[in-house]
Amino acid sequence: MSQSIIEVRGISKSYQLGSIGATSFSDAISRTWNRMLGATEGAQSFEALRDISFDVERGDVLGIVGSNGAGKSTLLKILSRITEPTAGEITLRGRVASLLEVGTGFHPELTGRENVFLNGAILGMKKREIAAKFDEIVDFAGVDRFIDTPTKRYSSGMSVRLAFAVAAHLEPEILIVDEVLAVGDAAFQRKCLDKMKSVTSLGRTVLFVSHNLGAVSSLCTRALLIESGRLTLTGTTDQVIQRYLNSGNRKTDCYSSASEGQHSQIVNAQTRPAGGTFGEAIKCGDSIDIRVDIQLPHKSSNVKLGIGIDDANNNRLLTAHPDCDPDFHLKPSSDRIRLSCRLERPGLVEGTYSLTFLLMVDGKLEQKLEQCMTLEIAPGDFFGNAGKHFTGRFLVDQTWSNETASLSPRHTVSV
Amino acid sequence: MSYQTTIRARQHWLHLPVKEIADYRDLLFLLVRRDFVAKYKQTLLGPLWFIIQPLLTTLVFTVVFDRVAQISTDGIPSVLFYLCGLLGWTYFSQTFSTTSTTFVTNAPLFGKVYFPRLIVPLSVTISNLLAFALNLGIFLGFLAYFKLFTSAGDAVHPTTNILFLPLLIIQLAATALGVGLWVSALTAKYRDLTHLSAFLVQLLMYATPVIYPLSRIPTDWQWLPALNPMTMIVENFRLMFLGQATASAALTLLSISVSIILFIAGIVLFQKTERTFIDTV
Repeated sequence: MSQSIIEVRGISKSYQLGSIGATSFSDAISRTWNRMLGATEGAQSFEALRDISFDVERGDVLGIVGSNGAGKSTLLKILSRITEPTAGEITLRGRVASLLEVGTGFHPELTGRENVFLNGAILGMKKREIAAKFDEIVDFAGVDRFIDTPTKRYSSGMSVRLAFAVAAHLEPEILIVDEVLAVGDAAFQRKCLDKMKSVTSLGRTVLFVSHNLGAVSSLCTRALLIESGRLTLTGTTDQVIQRYLNSGNRKTDCYSSASEGQHSQIVNAQTRPAGGTFGEAIKCGDSIDIRVDIQLPHKSSNVKLGIGIDDANNNRLLTAHPDCDPDFHLKPSSDRIRLSCRLERPGLVEGTYSLTFLLMVDGKLEQKLEQCMTLEIAPGDFFGNAGKHFTGRFLVDQTWSNETASLSPRHTVSV
Repeated sequence: MSYQTTIRARQHWLHLPVKEIADYRDLLFLLVRRDFVAKYKQTLLGPLWFIIQPLLTTLVFTVVFDRVAQISTDGIPSVLFYLCGLLGWTYFSQTFSTTSTTFVTNAPLFGKVYFPRLIVPLSVTISNLLAFALNLGIFLGFLAYFKLFTSAGDAVHPTTNILFLPLLIIQLAATALGVGLWVSALTAKYRDLTHLSAFLVQLLMYATPVIYPLSRIPTDWQWLPALNPMTMIVENFRLMFLGQATASAALTLLSISVSIILFIAGIVLFQKTERTFIDTV
């Protein structure tokens, strides 16, 4: 049993840029004609993955981390055999089930019961395996009263629950999961996470891709970092997340304007932990400095900058604005001003947030940069208790006390 | 190790995933059931539609081609002639039109989860065989009625060739699946064909002796329509049940060879498309 359960050797995948291949006969004919005339192919190829190799041992829970477009999803698609690599070889020693989306293949005309069987079979289960787990699945989804109703009459919540229940009761040796936790409400996401944890504790091998770094760090034992199609680090989850947060390659953790215009605009925006350098990882519990450079066509003393912070589900958590600081006065300055805002220990839990900027000059809205950069909060020690905290989206400094007072009887009823 | 999978680029050009399909046989049967059941859910007449369609078509053919256009049916009662011709043709056109859009209609599913893609067109081929069996039953009912109660039925003589019926059905299924696979692989890349294929099936029906007997074609030229494998399939159905058809062994062999070529080429093309088609949709 010394063999690894997954061996990936030199995987590359390239796509044709532009229109992907010819999509109609006329296109195909004109391409062939051009080629006969000796013209070189106009389309360039793009390497989504370059020479990826790694091993996964039995029982590993491997997180795959990387920014958008780094190639994580392409890697998962190749591992789950949805598309083929351009080069390289993968050996999988076990049954694979991939969960790239919940509810794949539900047929609206069929009843819940029929869909459970169909969906299970699509995911690679045998009929008797499904039959053996049927009651458990229905129970988990909580739809037993509607199991013989066509799924087109289900609420969307019921369909998702039933679909996840089927997927959660798969028993493959290798489970590939991509962002399924991004669906549903908070309670459902927690249920998914709990189920994932129990699956991993059974010694299954799991590959997990998520932008939710908190989930990755709590579930995974090892992780891979993929940057622009290359595997740049294999290591423990903490190492990889730390490196990912610190890597300068990510273009999204700061903002620079593309155009040099004469109009009012935000030229540059960066964040840092208070007392640190720009670009450094911000940990939960740090105070945060946001520095914004603004270009103005002429002097103005009426410049207002709103900074909105949104969570991954696009909920606006807070807005920072100069008017929130009564002691702040803008110095009338030249055509380029620099505004800095310090958020004192904002109590954001670890995760990815996005920043939105709104620039008003002389009472007129000049620019709105909707979620133009991300703010990554790494796991940290907010309370000074070695990083321990409980469920919730916000952390607030707390003072607890304990008095010995004579407890008066409650609910004294006076007649 | 019971399960070991190797994923690599450019597998052998003829790769028949027989073992994989066997592993997924439960899925195959569930899909057959889905195809059959879902089609007529929330309809009043349910599976009766499988029967109504060929009956109505036969009625229209009888009025238009027999009464109005007066196209010969070689002395066979026209209802039996058309019903028998439609037996194979209906199966072909239904199987073809569903399998030929396999990639396009299943793209969302294929993009999310892996299973042998061939399962989907295969399930259509099988579920349509159930509809075929219903049609065959109806036809046999009419055949018995004409033979027993009408004088026109005297022209009809079922032959011992009927023993080859299973082989003929296999050829029919393989042809419909093969052509469907061809077109599905092509439509995955060139959407033009989705518009064209429905029209082509219509045209192909007139190139197949469904509404006329092959005997109307001069003997020296009969090999030409026989290149269309459906021609001899339809004629052989007539030979088996009605005893009146142009079906020489040579023409039948020609038709079988074309079917085999179409089937193998269809599978090769389908398997080649399956590997990376998701990058192009």
